[in-house]
Amino acid sequence: MNSFKHQAGAVITAPLGWLAGLIDPPLRVWQRWTGQGGMAAFFLLPNMAIFGVFVLLPLVINIIYSMTSGAALFLSDRDYVGGAQYARLLDCGNYGDPGTCAEDQFWTAVQNTGLFVILQVTLLIIIATITALILNRELRARSFWRAVFFFPVLLSPVVVGLIWRWILQRDGVLNAAMLGMGLDPINWLIERNWAFAAAVGVTIWAHMGFYALILLAGLQAIPKDLYEAAEMDGTRPGRVFWRITLPLLMPNLLVVIVLSLIRAVQVFDEAFVLTGGGPGTATLFLTQYIYEVGFASLLKNLGLASAASILMGGVLVLLTLLQLALGKRNEQKGKLK
Amino acid sequence: MKRSMTAAASGFVALGLMASTAFAGDVRIMWYSDGVEGEVIADLLSRFSAENPEINVILDNVAYKVVQEQLQIQLEAGEGPDIARVTNIKTLAPHWLDLTPYLSDAAYWETNFGGYADWMREDGSSAINGFMTQLTLTGGFANATLFEQAGVALPGAGATWDDWVAAAAAVQASQSTTAAFAIDRSGHRISGPNVSYGANYIGADGKPAPVDAGTKAFAEKLVAWTSEGKMLKDTWVSASGSTYRPAADDFINAAIPFYYSGSWQIANLSTKIGDGFDWVATGSPCGTAGCSGLGGGAALVAVKYTKNPEDVAKVMEFLASEAVVKEFSERTLFLPAHAGVVAAGGMSWATDDPNVEAALNTFIEAAGQVEPNAAALPAWKWGSVYYGALVNRISQVMAGEMTLDEAYVKIDADIAEQVAAAN
Repeated sequence: MNSFKHQAGAVITAPLGWLAGLIDPPLRVWQRWTGQGGMAAFFLLPNMAIFGVFVLLPLVINIIYSMTSGAALFLSDRDYVGGAQYARLLDCGNYGDPGTCAEDQFWTAVQNTGLFVILQVTLLIIIATITALILNRELRARSFWRAVFFFPVLLSPVVVGLIWRWILQRDGVLNAAMLGMGLDPINWLIERNWAFAAAVGVTIWAHMGFYALILLAGLQAIPKDLYEAAEMDGTRPGRVFWRITLPLLMPNLLVVIVLSLIRAVQVFDEAFVLTGGGPGTATLFLTQYIYEVGFASLLKNLGLASAASILMGGVLVLLTLLQLALGKRNEQKGKLK
Repeated sequence: MKRSMTAAASGFVALGLMASTAFAGDVRIMWYSDGVEGEVIADLLSRFSAENPEINVILDNVAYKVVQEQLQIQLEAGEGPDIARVTNIKTLAPHWLDLTPYLSDAAYWETNFGGYADWMREDGSSAINGFMTQLTLTGGFANATLFEQAGVALPGAGATWDDWVAAAAAVQASQSTTAAFAIDRSGHRISGPNVSYGANYIGADGKPAPVDAGTKAFAEKLVAWTSEGKMLKDTWVSASGSTYRPAADDFINAAIPFYYSGSWQIANLSTKIGDGFDWVATGSPCGTAGCSGLGGGAALVAVKYTKNPEDVAKVMEFLASEAVVKEFSERTLFLPAHAGVVAAGGMSWATDDPNVEAALNTFIEAAGQVEPNAAALPAWKWGSVYYGALVNRISQVMAGEMTLDEAYVKIDADIAEQVAAAN
């Protein structure tokens, strides 16, 4: 058996070895010319090229679009307007009252997104942590329960939105069940607060499994002897959580916070399918605003949409830098201790 | 080894040539469907292909949203299909091909489709860009069975919006339906009623006019009916922006006794309601200035970026021929836009549903009541902009986010901004 594996391995690697032999001489020449830094650049080049073409270039183009106006698609056909699109977005009598802003729906979307981020990320992290703590215990059919919580992550966001719309709409499953129990039905997707709560709840349901899995990995990496020592000392479970589990889980929590924060700011697909931004503009989030302005309206305002997306990108960069700085500080504190 | 390398190289070259020549005789059509027209057009095109094997017709059946959101971007990039079925006809007019030099009989097109040619060509142009695959007219539908069960008489000719809503509300109270009526979430759909109350969207300079008393009169009624629970709240309030939401399913599920949409729903209602209940088309209820619906429809237009204009013209000539238009209309239950077909009459609608013929006749009759201000809108460049602003802001009022007066200011500002951005 081993001999067969060895032979099969040799057959597979032979062409690779031949190829390696083929490119070895030119690479040696290249290294002699450019040194080790040149070699690193050579191997990084494919990735950098992909990053450049699919991330950097669109970003630069987006910035340029945000400084133009008109309905034309090509930059050459568009008028340069400098920062006029940004000025329009930021033109506000009172930032707390979107009605006083030139682009009132942009600021409504900003406020909705801000509230959504605060509620969704907070609840998501609490629920994901509790779920991970439960799944980390000796449960019967533990693998099954882990799969159950992870399953929604595998669903397409559109499918998630549709499933929950069928459940929550006026003549949906939930209202049918409530009627069956003699309760008055609620128009979940038409009442402002319920619709917002539904958007928060559904996105938590859809993503919680992924973050719980990251936290579970963190929990399993905590040395067992720490818990044994605490048990021998008679430490209360609450104190064990705050003094051992939480500090040692912090690196994973930080990853979860950063990822869920970025994801929450970008909320679009599930919420759009579920509520369409309604009732009114109660669940109009930033990404949907950009989509509406840039693509869905019959006269597509690509300049304004680009400016809004650049502002949103700027907020995301700031949030990420803040989180990274906090992470670095925690790391340094850990080293000092 | 050398021979196999040569063979492989020859293969690649042949493949490359095949790939490049495969497009030479292609005619790609972007098509969306409201009902069964996708199947009907596929059948008609298979007949064309059998007669013209040298032309490879590719039918891309796509969702309406794809046409609305992606076609314009493709066209702006100088790409896209060779032929497209569109409703945003006038706005995209600069991208349509003038078929005149490629047609064997341009006079036929002027005679039979000339009445609607301005809907799809640029202002001042005499180009032949395509033809209307169907004419539509906005109008109402009533669930006759629910009215009968409630003992409420269907309002007759000349009944106003107030009459219809009052009657539907009586049915709602008697039959415990979710609401009395619904109008599709669309600025286009409320524009006929607005005109019936005296609205005029088009300013003296051809640009959008400010929201006037006619529009305000109907908007106020619509908002009041929604807050009173007479108009189905879900349709308008449940989305933001200019998102289109039809209420057809609510009518089909008998959740509302009266539904204001348009003639294109006839096949859909017939197919889905079947013998579930009796329904009738009602035409458009009256306002203070008329009983107007809003005309429109879908056009099949040639795209000027095509590499095969002669082949495109052949396909268009086939689809626009009198016999094909008649058959297409009969099988899809659409109102034909071909003057010859209309004049000849004798349509043999492909249905045994007794509600359909009566509904089609009602819409044909209602076409005579379209007010001039409504008749001008399909050929007006800024119609879509006006519709989008109306639906966006009025639904915010219905959701309690602003007052009507604030909405009027916003509607005017939104339209002005879009006009400026487009210029």
